[in-house]
Amino acid sequence: MWDYTPIVKDHFLNPRNVGEIPNADAIGEVGSLACGDALKLYLKLDDNKDKIVDAKFQTFGCASAIASSSALTEMVKGKNLDEALAISNQEIADFLGGLPEEKMHCSVMGQEALEVAIFKYRGIEMPQHDSEHDHGPAYPDYEGEIVCKCFGITDAFLKKVIETNSLTTAEQVTNFTKAGGACGGCIPKIKDLIAQVLGEAAAQTRVRPEKLSNMKKMQLIQEVLERDIRPLLWADGGDLELIDIDGAKVQVAFRKACAGCASSGNTARMVEAKLRDLVAEDIVVEEVSA
Amino acid sequence: MKEIYLDNNATTKVDEAVFEEMRPYFCELYGNPSSMHFFGGQVQSKVTEARVRVAELLGASPDEIIFTACGTESDNAAIRSALEVFPDRRHIITSRVEHPAVLTQCRNLRQKGYRVTEIGVDGAGRLDLEELKTVIDDDTAIVSLMWANNETGVIFPVEEAAKIAKSKGALFHSDAVQAIGKIPINMAASHIDMLSLSGHKLHAPKGIGVLYLRKGTPFRPLLVGGHQEKSRRAGTENAAAIIALGKACQLAGQHMDAENTVVKGMRDRLQDSLMSAIPHARINGGGAERLPNTTSIAFEFVEGEAILLLLSEFGICASSGSACTSGSLEPSHVLRAMGVPFTCAHGSIRFSLSRYTTDAEIDTVIRELPPIIARLRMMSPFGREHLQGKV
Repeated sequence: MWDYTPIVKDHFLNPRNVGEIPNADAIGEVGSLACGDALKLYLKLDDNKDKIVDAKFQTFGCASAIASSSALTEMVKGKNLDEALAISNQEIADFLGGLPEEKMHCSVMGQEALEVAIFKYRGIEMPQHDSEHDHGPAYPDYEGEIVCKCFGITDAFLKKVIETNSLTTAEQVTNFTKAGGACGGCIPKIKDLIAQVLGEAAAQTRVRPEKLSNMKKMQLIQEVLERDIRPLLWADGGDLELIDIDGAKVQVAFRKACAGCASSGNTARMVEAKLRDLVAEDIVVEEVSA
Repeated sequence: MKEIYLDNNATTKVDEAVFEEMRPYFCELYGNPSSMHFFGGQVQSKVTEARVRVAELLGASPDEIIFTACGTESDNAAIRSALEVFPDRRHIITSRVEHPAVLTQCRNLRQKGYRVTEIGVDGAGRLDLEELKTVIDDDTAIVSLMWANNETGVIFPVEEAAKIAKSKGALFHSDAVQAIGKIPINMAASHIDMLSLSGHKLHAPKGIGVLYLRKGTPFRPLLVGGHQEKSRRAGTENAAAIIALGKACQLAGQHMDAENTVVKGMRDRLQDSLMSAIPHARINGGGAERLPNTTSIAFEFVEGEAILLLLSEFGICASSGSACTSGSLEPSHVLRAMGVPFTCAHGSIRFSLSRYTTDAEIDTVIRELPPIIARLRMMSPFGREHLQGKV
């Protein structure tokens, strides 16, 4: 059954702003027939060429693709170009009262079409990709190495989506971008990209609380393990269990694919780095075989 | 809103006569058929009757019928058994368009070191028997090919395939879940060793299946424990569902002619009317021999989920091979294997009828679907350029 909110359903059954704008100032096109969804967005600007006075769309795709496009056109009207550019895919989803996670790629497509339209209007170069896969890249403005050959999606685009939506698993990346959703051949690469982005993010944001009570520290360690670390391990079929916390010493046992894995030492270091970043600098992670 | 149910390849309504047949076996006649006392014995005799009824529909002997929990279990049991029976044979042959109950299992076995060959199909979904002859060898333990495809209804030449399998000493299994009850099957005149059936596809309840096992075929059970089903499938019999399935098989036999005349007539009228009313459409598997109740139509430049949701507004229940409804993002593996162009693989809709389908329901679909397709094409950025106004 459809897992859509009443707002999604309404925008699908009664889409706003369907059609073309003959003298549009900006047009953004993303997706293709082969990808299973595509969106062409038309924007009309006011005389000062800054404010969006009209927006229309044509969409090929599922109900949530049509609803996301409809929502997008409603959201951008009356905004100036910079304000429009600031709209995130999450805001499109929020406007609709939320989207099922496996449909988040529809909101990404909307945000992307908007960005392409405005970049093009401003004369920012849109490099076209020349690659061997059977159809053109879904998001031609993100130059880079094609990671997902089935849908023509580049590493640059994936990294952007991973970062803006704080994605931590390959499955989430598939839901948001479709990458990895067909043959699955690129899933290892997607995992690498997630690790890269997470590494960069950790280096940038040290939002570590200054001083922690022991109780608070233990709580935080558990939170970080649950939220940031275990999902990463699950993605590779592994897992870990928190055995004990003694001051700064955190004992963990690796489970499933991680248990007895030759690189579990590296995994333990990864866990340690993460905990040091997010909890306290003096944390030492020990692997135990409990 | 009254539903117009044209999704009978997904599941079917339990026939009321079937439900009445099973009803006493919950609160009144709840005995265990394996018990020695009279109370279990009267259930046992109904289970035996059901076994005879199922066997009659298949042209089989009652002791060739093993009751299971579902078609998927039957498929798993058949393939697992063959590999245990022939531990030295490490090759499995199946097709690219099988149901996941077979395909996923074969691909998992590939991970475990078995050699798995997936035979291809042509543009009309027909099996490449020549490829089967080429790839089969003395290492092949089992050939598992569906009798009829769930998405397109295309019927495979399973008898010929079974002969080829036997010529190399391999076992032959067919997932006949979609075929049974829709087309006549006679195992007495067949070379097929094992066959899977699912109750809920022929107006019996969910949770009951059958594995047909030809007399004399070596077999290793998937479930071990008690002596039920002559130790070929342990676990207390789902007596009520077995009794229901017996009745459903009896009814299916009685309706077989109507299925291939009346139901087929409605199916043909549906697809002919839609094809003439809607440009840029094609029948998936239209060039092949198909089940009488199934038609899968691809509409170019529109996406399946959107069509289904709009149909649903009129109470019409159909299904799509579209990526967007299945969780996977690739359009149906069946349509991809057939080489259906990407331009329309995403916009395929399957209608599957049953003996409950009425002419009035078909009329509603013929009336409501063309404007839905036109509306979505008007919305699509590809519609206009490709269709040149012919929406």
